[in-house]
Parts: sequence; C-alpha cells; structure tokens
Amino acid sequence: MQKSLHIDPGKCTGCLQCEMACSYENYGVFNISKSRIKVFNFEHEGRKVPYTCTQCAEAWCMTACPVDAIKIDAATGAKVVNEATCVGCKVCTIACPFGTVNYVADTGKVQKCDLCGGDPACATACPTGAITYVESDWTGLEKMRLWAGKTDTQPRANA
Amino acid sequence: MAWTRKILRVDLTNGTCKSEPLNMKLAQEYLGQRGLATKYFVDEVDPKVDPLSPANKLIMATGPLTGTPASTGGRYSVITKGALTGAIACSNSGGYFGAEMKFAGWDMIIFEGKSPKPVYLSVEDDKAELRDASHLWGKTVWQTEEIIKKSHQDPQVRVCSIGRSGENGVLYACIVNDLHRAAGRSGVGTVMGSKNLKAVALRGTRGVAGMKDAKAFMKAATAAKQVLKDNAVTGQGLPAFGTQVLMNVINEMGALPTRNHRDVQFESARKISAEAMAEKRPTDGKSNLVTNAACFGCTIACGRVSKIDATHFSVVNKPEYWGATGGLEYEAAWALGAANGVGDLEALTFANMICNEDGYDPISFGATVGAAMELYDLGILTKEQIGMDAPFGSAEALCKLAEMTARGEGFGKELGLGSKRLCAKYGKPELSMSVKGQEFPAYDSRGIQGMGLTYATSNRGACHLRSYTVASEVLGIPVKTDPLVTEGKADLVKAFQDATSVFDSAGVCVFTTFAWTLADLQPQLDAACEGDWTMEKLALVGERIWNMERQFNNAAGFTAKDDDLPPRLKTEPAKTGPAKGLVSGIDKMRPEYYKVRGWDANGVPTKETLSRLGL
Ligand code: SF4
Ligand code: SF4
Ligand code: SF4
Repeated sequence: MQKSLHIDPGKCTGCLQCEMACSYENYGVFNISKSRIKVFNFEHEGRKVPYTCTQCAEAWCMTACPVDAIKIDAATGAKVVNEATCVGCKVCTIACPFGTVNYVADTGKVQKCDLCGGDPACATACPTGAITYVESDWTGLEKMRLWAGKTDTQPRANA
Repeated sequence: MAWTRKILRVDLTNGTCKSEPLNMKLAQEYLGQRGLATKYFVDEVDPKVDPLSPANKLIMATGPLTGTPASTGGRYSVITKGALTGAIACSNSGGYFGAEMKFAGWDMIIFEGKSPKPVYLSVEDDKAELRDASHLWGKTVWQTEEIIKKSHQDPQVRVCSIGRSGENGVLYACIVNDLHRAAGRSGVGTVMGSKNLKAVALRGTRGVAGMKDAKAFMKAATAAKQVLKDNAVTGQGLPAFGTQVLMNVINEMGALPTRNHRDVQFESARKISAEAMAEKRPTDGKSNLVTNAACFGCTIACGRVSKIDATHFSVVNKPEYWGATGGLEYEAAWALGAANGVGDLEALTFANMICNEDGYDPISFGATVGAAMELYDLGILTKEQIGMDAPFGSAEALCKLAEMTARGEGFGKELGLGSKRLCAKYGKPELSMSVKGQEFPAYDSRGIQGMGLTYATSNRGACHLRSYTVASEVLGIPVKTDPLVTEGKADLVKAFQDATSVFDSAGVCVFTTFAWTLADLQPQLDAACEGDWTMEKLALVGERIWNMERQFNNAAGFTAKDDDLPPRLKTEPAKTGPAKGLVSGIDKMRPEYYKVRGWDANGVPTKETLSRLGL
C-alpha cells in the first residue's frame, strides 16, 4: 500500500517543528534553511501553509533529468535524488511545476523530499496534525469524514 | 553545540562589528540569554549610567535551547538599563528572530555607544555590517520590516525594529520582531532609539548542531512536548483561547484591576474576553479571532491572529488595518480595556495594533491612560489639556490617544512618559499604579496577595513574568495556595523567581511553566549543553541570576523603599468579590521575603548569601 504526505494548512500554527525535523533527519543539523518542506506565512490572511513535493506519479523532475539521477523508490513511491549521479544542472528545478526541487549551493546537488524512506520525520514532528502520512488512495478520507458528519441526518419537519 | 560560542560586538559610535569568543566559564555559571547577558552587562556597565546615554549598552541574547526543537525554543531577550525604570531590564520575545540569530551563528549581539546617524545592523551568517537607515527613520515597525525585506531581496530575512515611538522617546517603547512579537517592557526600544539604531536584519543558514548528546536531547524534548500536550492549560486552554483564557477567571476572583485600580471587577469583562473574541459579530458575521499561531518551535501556539471589524469607528477608511494581524492577549486586553473601563473589543484590538505597528508597550500605555482618565475624572486634567473628553470607558479617547502617542503628538507626548511621571507632574504621584516606575500588569494585589510581593520585588519593576504566582494561587500549578492570604508567599515568590530566571536563560518560553517544572527542562538542558546540568546546579544558577540583578539595582540607587506598592493597594480595600475588604499585605510579606532571600533588613544580600552564590 502506497502512502503520501497529506497536508492540512488549516491546522498549521507555523511552529516550524517540521522544518527542523526534516533538516535533522537528512543532514543531522537543526537548520530550517536545509529543510525540504517549507511553511509559508500569508500574514495578512492569517494563513500558514506547509508545502513540499507531492511525489507526482509522472514526475516532471525525473523525466527532465539528463543523467537519470532521480529514481523511484520501489517501497515508498518517492522520487529520490541520487546525489552521486546528480550533476547539479538544475533542469529538474525548472521542470517541477511546484518548485519543490531545490539546488543546494553547499553540495552542488539538488535536494527534494524523499519521504524519509517511508517514515517521514516532518509528520512525526508536527504537533497539530497538519502533516500526516496516509494511504495515497484515500488522502481525502478525513475531509470526507468531517463533511459526512455535517450532513443533515435529522428527519424533516412534517409539512 | 548548544551555544554557538560567538558574540557579535557592535560599536555604534565607530561603526564597527567584531566577533569575539563567548566566555564559556560564565556560560557554566549563568547559562545563557537573561542570565548570561545580564552578567556581561553588569560587568561592563556602570549601574549609575543614564539609560539614554551612549554609555548604556543593549544586548540581544539567545539561550542554549534557542533554535532547537525543544518546544518554544525560539526565544531571545533584550538586556539593558531600562529607560522607563532605571533598573536592570530584560525583555523576552518569541516569533522567529531569536532562532535566526542562533542559525546565523551568534549567541549574543552587544551594542555599545551611539551611532552619529540612523543605522541598522545587517547580519548574514558571519557577515555583519551597519547600514544607513536614514530612509527608515520615521517609519513604523511594519513599514521598516517591509522595506528591509524588499531591499535585501530576501523574504526570509528576520527583522526586529523600533517604531516611531522608540524614536520619539516614548519611555516604554518596545523592540518588535516578526511584526507583532515584542521585547515589550521597561523601554528597551527607547534605549535602542537613543543609540540611533533602527533595526536588526538577520539571515542565518548554519543551524544548530553538535549538541552534547543529540539522541538524548531528542528523547527529552519529545517527552517534554508530551507533557505540554497532556496538560489542560498548555494543551487546550492556551491554543484555543490564548492567554485571554484568564479574563473571566480573574474577574470572578475579584482580581481584575479596573479604572486605575479603583475597582477589582469589571462589569464588561466578558465583552473583552477570549469568549467574545471567538463569537460572531453582529456587524459582519465574522469573529474577531481568525486563528491561533505559534512562535518558532512552539507546540503550544498561544498566539492570536485577529481581524478587526472593518466598520468599527477606529478603522473607517483605513483599509491598511483590515487584514489579519496580531490579536489581543490577556495583559493587553486588560490594560487597554479594564484598566480604563473600556469594554469595546474592537477598540482594544485597534489600540493593540497601533502598539505593534509603532512599537510601544500596551501594558504601560493602557495603564497610563487609566491614570490620565482618573486625573480627568478628578478635574485635574481638562478637556483642553488632553485635547478631548477622556472619561473612564471612552473607547474614542483610547483609540485617539494611541495614535497620538505613536506619533508623539499633543497629549500623546505626556502619555509616552508613563504614569509615574504623568501623575507626579500633576501633583498626584500616588495615582501611578506602578513599582520602580513600571506599570502593573493585569492582576490585583489585593485579590492575589502573592502578586503584590511579585510586583514589589521584581527586578525590572512591576511585572507578572518574574514570578507568576497566579499559577499557584489561581490555577493550582504546581500546588494550590490561597490567594487571599500572605502566609507562605515569601517562599512561593522566591521559588518562582529563581525557577523563572532559569527558564528565561534557557531559550524557552515561560508559558511552558503552566505544565513544566524545572524537572522537565533539566533533562533537555543537560543533554544539549556541555557540562553537568543537575537540578541543584540549575537552582543555584536561578538564585544567582536573581541576586546579581538585585545587586545591580542596589548599586543603581534602589533601596527597600522601592520594593513597595502604591498607597491605594495598601489602604483602599477591594470593594467587591472574594477579596472584598482586603488590602495588600505587602508590608508583612516584604520582611519575610528578605529573610527567605538571605538579605538584610534593607534588602541587601548578606555576605554569606553572596558567597554561597559565588557572587
Ligand atoms: S518526508 Fe522527510 S524529506 Fe520529505 S519533507 Fe518530510 S522530513 Fe523532509
Ligand atoms: S510542524 Fe506542523 S504545525 Fe508546525 S509548522 Fe510544520 S506543519 Fe505547521
Ligand atoms: S506559548 Fe505562546 S508566547 Fe510562548 S512560545 Fe508559544 S506561541 Fe510563543
């Protein structure tokens, strides 16, 4: 069963625990500038929106890579950058419609979310449930449940 | 490393920035942030210095847990000699600024001297330089942040700045970061303004690494987060209602100071409470509260994001105020509301926005308006002098006076000097509800006796955050004590003061202490910081910090006489509520407290006390 990160911006408080967890998991340092998930703060609307790679089924980044450095992890379905192969040409950063592949000047390679090998650190760290790791076929299940609860089940008043 | 081991020293007079190593011996004795920066401050600055002279210094400091995933690990403090008080000042702020300072590789930034012209400090990791700020002078906090982000072409830069009030000499000006988070009290922003320093812009990409035992730290931090989650206040009350959860509670206790402390219960408390913020307004069908928000690393998320009612008189034709922005927290709602008898939630929201936009302390401002309204009520201040009718309860006067104070116009100039100077000028010094020149926050010393002692002995002037005995006397944390009696309060206040000194020096938020005791913080510090951070060591560090601050104040000229409350609280009994008939027992508690502290009858630490603490 394939799983996906599911993001519910309505629950996000902007604490950045996810960003710290991501940098720690992948680089062993608490450093939000190295995080693959980014939380955007739309100040005047009072909205905070976490955003990262959605692991497209037909991944533009993977198709665009001239050296085949981006491969599918068979276990998780994540599109994973092989740093040894990546030449830092940045074509994938252009190809990704969402901007979730980014170049890292320090290493001369690109980085993107790899679902942490199936145990996403950001989802574990998130205190509010804004990021969860759920069955890909049913990312909408929780929303359906909420709306289902709002469905009017009261008997109609007699005419 | 939990500490970056680097200090940035900025000489504003000569325009230089230098890196120097952190004194690690002192870090072992004073931990970080409040404690460590105060140690640097008292070692380098003459206690008699005029707060607004170039010889005063201003330190921005992080703690060892700032920038780590410890819950609320994003705090920083500003340490200086306070413009409002002349006492040691230490104002703490959340948001994202503190963590960014750490990520850039700095434990502290020490500002000294005075720049010949307006400047701001720009820091990108190791690179620090002073830049011209003449184009920023005269701008609000909100404008300043926007202009800096644009000119740096970097939306990720974190900014703290002063607004016009800090430039104009409002004595309780704040330093505001991330638009609505503030190092709020004692006039730290006024000191910054006196140095011609408009802002600090930070960008850090180094992060925090190399803790003593990262695995153990993650384990301790995770366990401590669970404690916050499982606690009713930090897990449910604060995220849902913010600190405003207290408004109705404190009012019912008869401890909500109203109309400059004439009353202890406010008939309109409900209208300005958390519950009211969440209700739909009849005008536009929306609630004042939009959502809650967190500071960096915080798993509590007490912050309020509000939208004002666009039809309210204060913002008619002012669309710039219609968007979402920082909303009311309890102290501000009290000071702008109950303290003046104003029960109009939207008016308080507006005045609070102005405080954020132009960077001044809503507690001192609101309480000073309360004093002015009493002077008006007594016929001492007239309509002509104030420029408007200003009876208790006037939302119009509150909003107008907020804008005038921000801009330094008319009577706003007098309000900007605080209640102590205002009341003295008009021959009624006893009407200033303050200690050491700093206005009380939102708890009446008659209905919560421990808070009277807290205010009287707070090293930075009246303040609730130095020993929040409300936790024990009202909420029963960690044990319930009777708010109406003085017995045992000396010990209680000392214990809270010492523990809080540690929390303020660690890099975490004092609101964690609704759920955490020192025993929850200790394993996190011990795993993160080099050295052996036992409970005993931390207790000693806390007490050492408190006594060090006290020594500075004593040397600055404060005496036991300054550990006192205004006569009203000692002679005019509470009129209603559970504390009806009671006055503050401060005169009984003070000598008991000195004894518990190991100080002599004049409030001076004895030789034995000092040597026990290594001072
Ligand atoms: S799943 Fe892992 S790599 Fe992807 S954003 Fe979350 S923490 Fe980062
Ligand atoms: S950890 Fe969760 S709540 Fe915090 S910023 Fe990330 S998504 Fe938002
Ligand atoms: S509890 Fe509130 S003030 Fe403290 S860090 Fe969290 S959001 Fe900020």
